[in-house]
Amino acid sequence: MTNGVAELENTDTIFIIGSNTATAHPLVATRIFRALEKGAKLVVADPRKNQIAEFADLYLQHKPGSDVTLLNGMMKVILDQGLQDQAFIDANTEEFDGFKALIDGVDLDACAAATGLTVDGIEQAAALYAKAGTASIVYCMGITQHTNGVDNVKSLANLSMVTGNIGRESTGVNPLRGQNNVQGACDMGGLPNVLTGYQPVTLGAASKKFADAWGVDELPTQIGLTIPEMLSGIEEEKVHALWVMGENPVVSDPDADHVVKALEKVDLLIVQDIFLTPTARLADVVLPGCSFAEKDGTFVNTERRITRVRKAVEPVGESKADWEIIRDVSNAFGFEMAYDSPEEIFTEIAELTPSYGGVSYGRLEGDGIQWPCPTPEHPGTPFLHKDGRFTRGKGLFHAIEYKGPAEVVDAEYPLWMTTGRVYAHYHTGTMTRNSVALDREIPEGFLEIHPEDAAAIGVCDGHRVRLASRRGEIETRVSITERVEKGVVFMPFHFEEANVNKLTNPSFDPIAKIPELKVCAVAVEKI
Amino acid sequence: MEYKTTLTTCTYCGCGCNFYLETLDGKLTNTIPCKTSPVNEGKLCIKGWNVHQFVQNDRRLKKPLLRKGGELVEVEWEEALAYTADRLKAVTAEKGGDAVGFLASAKVTNEENYLLQKFARAAIGTNNVDHCARL
Ligand code: SF4
Repeated sequence: MTNGVAELENTDTIFIIGSNTATAHPLVATRIFRALEKGAKLVVADPRKNQIAEFADLYLQHKPGSDVTLLNGMMKVILDQGLQDQAFIDANTEEFDGFKALIDGVDLDACAAATGLTVDGIEQAAALYAKAGTASIVYCMGITQHTNGVDNVKSLANLSMVTGNIGRESTGVNPLRGQNNVQGACDMGGLPNVLTGYQPVTLGAASKKFADAWGVDELPTQIGLTIPEMLSGIEEEKVHALWVMGENPVVSDPDADHVVKALEKVDLLIVQDIFLTPTARLADVVLPGCSFAEKDGTFVNTERRITRVRKAVEPVGESKADWEIIRDVSNAFGFEMAYDSPEEIFTEIAELTPSYGGVSYGRLEGDGIQWPCPTPEHPGTPFLHKDGRFTRGKGLFHAIEYKGPAEVVDAEYPLWMTTGRVYAHYHTGTMTRNSVALDREIPEGFLEIHPEDAAAIGVCDGHRVRLASRRGEIETRVSITERVEKGVVFMPFHFEEANVNKLTNPSFDPIAKIPELKVCAVAVEKI
Repeated sequence: MEYKTTLTTCTYCGCGCNFYLETLDGKLTNTIPCKTSPVNEGKLCIKGWNVHQFVQNDRRLKKPLLRKGGELVEVEWEEALAYTADRLKAVTAEKGGDAVGFLASAKVTNEENYLLQKFARAAIGTNNVDHCARL
């Protein structure tokens, strides 16, 4: 997030797109409800009428995958009506002319047709966002899990810059991180192209600094493989060993049958987890890690706030903290690691990572610290890009043309399917489905379908159906609801026995390599 | 009886709520939201209120497992660690470091993600490190 969660409370207009906030990020939703009590306006755009949409001043049910068209339409309205913040644009951004040329060519009637909205709806959304004193954009995987996910994100950046809604309190472009420590995993270099704090592996100086600190002659400087590339690397016999720590790709990744095949094929599969997940069942060796309650450490939340995780109980059985497991394997492998506590590791991280430079366990007592925090005296950074100062110098406009989703509906697979979360469960369900109260709350998967579509295939609420895509099929029961539009179905992804990722499309965004989990074409039939 | 509360951070979603875990004689019994947390100010969602339940669940893995004759069987740590390290050595010696891939995790701590990528880059010599940020 460019801005802090608490700042949302004082925003004049909140624009939520592709985020099921009340379900997936309840405590962010709380701030939004408080903002509404204080008189804020809420605009929600989502193909599925999720809970927070019920509170919206304006709800736009646009077609899956048509986000760029909607956003370009809104920006067309803003420029046509002179609602832009020209002073901000002139002072702080680049490439506005190329962007404006593209937007000038946008036809609002065509936008309305492609999104399934009305021109009036697009105009109202533009006015609510652009006329507000402070406007904040909130988005989630509904924006990024598309073959054009990067385009979607750049379009949101365009929208914030064109109206000067960035670099001030209660504005910004705010992605809600799906899992608790996604931000931390990225910050820590859990990516193929960067070391900690986003220092590129290709940058000689960074690579040398780390090599010296880690006591090796050199580090690899070629960008590594992403998850989909590792899986295809296994098939092509380029990748022979895979170490999976606390992830469950068999349930979380698209085209699950294909993932299983790759994991069965790889010569050595090491899985480190707290339960025997579907992924762990395929392993050659399973190393029992322990949960957050059984170890010390830190997490980073969606607003870049680093906070402490503290050990409350001893690990179950002979399970060990994941840092101990890695240390022990490394020592057995012959690469010495002598850490006795997570705090020692954190001190090393702070030494090597400029944005964490001023953070220490001592300073994390209390409220935690929002990075960047380069020195011990620095108070941390609640919002980024202050006064229009972007990381790269000036904010860059991108002219983004609409590209449709990779897969479209046809006679054989006539329904659009989109996926998401339910309130009681989390990700692949490894933890929540092992929690008595949460499992009782929502014990099984389901498919949301519009009443007219349900009538067409002859099913009532609770009936079982077979759901098929070009990649596989699963069975589940239907839940008939007008939350989804006619022609669109929705399914949560937490349930391994009705694993919706057997159906989803692994085609990915060419830059971010995010698979298109949010749109694919399916057929539904009664069993 | 030994009663204790421990302030910590939620393991589920990216809100990062803070709460106290209550323990009685080494057993987790309850979750109490932290009123002074700037993130959640004394509130939690249904997942947070019940977060203590999965930790000491019977289905937790209690010992390392190793595949022997097609089945995963319980072994001692020593054997599991030696197996893991030896097989990794064999793969890197034969096929090079880039024949190994690592999936870091959005569920474990920063310190643990740091160590895994350090092991991948410094010990194995590959940048094949990713996690499911995209999922
Ligand atoms: S308590 Fe709920 S809202 Fe807070 S971090 Fe945990 S899962 Fe997210």
